[in-house]
Amino acid sequence: MKEINEQSINKVNEKALVMRQDIIKMLGESGSGHTGGSLSAADIVSCLYFWEMNIDPLQPEWEERDRFVLSKGHAAPVLYAVLAEKGYFPREELLGLRKLGSPLQGHPDMRKLPGVEASTGSLGQGISWAVGMALAAKMDQKDQRVYALLGDGEIEEGMVWEAMMAAAHYNLDNLVAFVDHNGLQIDGPITDVLSPEPVADKLRAFGWETLVIDGHNTEEIMASLDTARATKGKPTAILANTVKGKGCSFMENKAEWHGTAPNKDQVQQALNELTSA
Amino acid sequence: MEKQATREAYGKALAELGKQHANVVVLDADLSKSTKTADFAKAFPDRFINAGIAEQNMIGMSAGLAASGKVVYASSFAIFATGRAFEQVRNSLAYARLNVKVCATHSGITVGEDGGSHQSVEDIALMRAIPNMCVVVPSDGVTTQKAVFDLYDREGPAYLRLGRPSVPIIYKDDIDFAIGKGIELRDGNDATLIACGIMVSKCMEAAEKLAQEGIQVSVVDMHTIKPLDEDLIIKKAVQTGAILTIEEHNVLGGLGGAVCEVVCEKCPVPVHRMGINDVFGQSGKPDELLQHYGLTIENIIQNIHDLLKIKTKS
Repeated sequence: MKEINEQSINKVNEKALVMRQDIIKMLGESGSGHTGGSLSAADIVSCLYFWEMNIDPLQPEWEERDRFVLSKGHAAPVLYAVLAEKGYFPREELLGLRKLGSPLQGHPDMRKLPGVEASTGSLGQGISWAVGMALAAKMDQKDQRVYALLGDGEIEEGMVWEAMMAAAHYNLDNLVAFVDHNGLQIDGPITDVLSPEPVADKLRAFGWETLVIDGHNTEEIMASLDTARATKGKPTAILANTVKGKGCSFMENKAEWHGTAPNKDQVQQALNELTSA
Repeated sequence: MEKQATREAYGKALAELGKQHANVVVLDADLSKSTKTADFAKAFPDRFINAGIAEQNMIGMSAGLAASGKVVYASSFAIFATGRAFEQVRNSLAYARLNVKVCATHSGITVGEDGGSHQSVEDIALMRAIPNMCVVVPSDGVTTQKAVFDLYDREGPAYLRLGRPSVPIIYKDDIDFAIGKGIELRDGNDATLIACGIMVSKCMEAAEKLAQEGIQVSVVDMHTIKPLDEDLIIKKAVQTGAILTIEEHNVLGGLGGAVCEVVCEKCPVPVHRMGINDVFGQSGKPDELLQHYGLTIENIIQNIHDLLKIKTKS
């Protein structure tokens, strides 16, 4: 059983800090990309890769592995940061983000980079992949688990709710979907653009075990994953309240940091702030 | 003449394929009785997933299943599989190069009474324009069955276009069928008929009648629209000097468009395209609709006469 203790929490937090630093560095280098939503998801993704998931970076194609699908594919930098930190590919490659010929595409491409489980980026599609993967595991009577991370703007896509219906209908208790609930999308607050609220009520109504947590509190993330593992007969949704741009004061809770990369000075300022977990 | 709908042949082939390969999974979107995936569902209930009336999620789930090692056959009507779920097919299947075969029935105007909303006249064009996609339009039950099996062996995404009505069986079971290789059904030097799907058997009848007038045409069953058998098109252009394409699809972007691309660039000769002339269909019986939109043996013959006049001039 996975332990929730000071040591495991500290490890996840330390890795999340390194990931945030890498996110800033690679976006500063690329000059474009999605900063805010990568930073808001860092603690969840760190917890999955450094505590929860049964994976082996030396065998990225290992059949029994757990799967992570970044349904909000524009947060590719957080995925690349964690994969590099896990050792799926050399860290130097992070600086190739969005450059011609780099395996680090603007949105994740499973055919170009080891460890990427799904080619995502067109919103709403990743959760359907995750449902398919969870179905495959059930068909093969394997214990593997599937994790998806969605944006709270992403769930405005209709197909997300098709997938939610299917996951509950097929009793996929091996599936966990995080919703990175930072409240902002490109054009502004989600409640102004097209409100998906009340999100938790909707998820419950669609048949999911639904938990609401602080998405930056590692202990809460761990506890929610424990609950998900103990939940039988239905999938688990974890509505994680987060802060867009988390960790960089001048980015936090600002919609304009959805699809903007930091300039040189901003990189320095951000790295100065990202010094301790 | 023995007849069978290509969707019937598909259902039977799929159930047989399921017996041979444990990793075949079939999805449908609440149309399994019509698409005939019900045969597979009955034989292998644990490997059949009804996605409900949710085609976008059906394609997305297919991607996840394929990424987990399954070979997926996903079915709906052509209009929904390629139209409603177009971008899922594009991004989740083709971009990711996954082993999912989109097998759509009820293509073209021979859907019949359901009317224009349900008659896909643009699906070949849509699927053909997507990189990594293979597009197959079989002409009868025998080649449908072979395509179902060949697509299993051919790694990657594919679109198999099937029809609702019963159509003549053209081939014997031992026909040498290979994806990407057109079938030369008849040889003649005056012109070439290149067709796909249900129009192939009509071309054979037209060729017979033309022969009675002393006009000898070649007939090619171009069942694979992509990858297209360019060598065969060039060979026939050089041999006959005139080509007529015939398809139950918009004349824009389908078989006719694909053939013109090759002929224009590599072996210019006159080409006429027969198909739906950039209009939507309507309700009616399949045969009435084929008549109404000019997809008839008489019209094939007329087009060959017109084409031969141009050929003589040039």
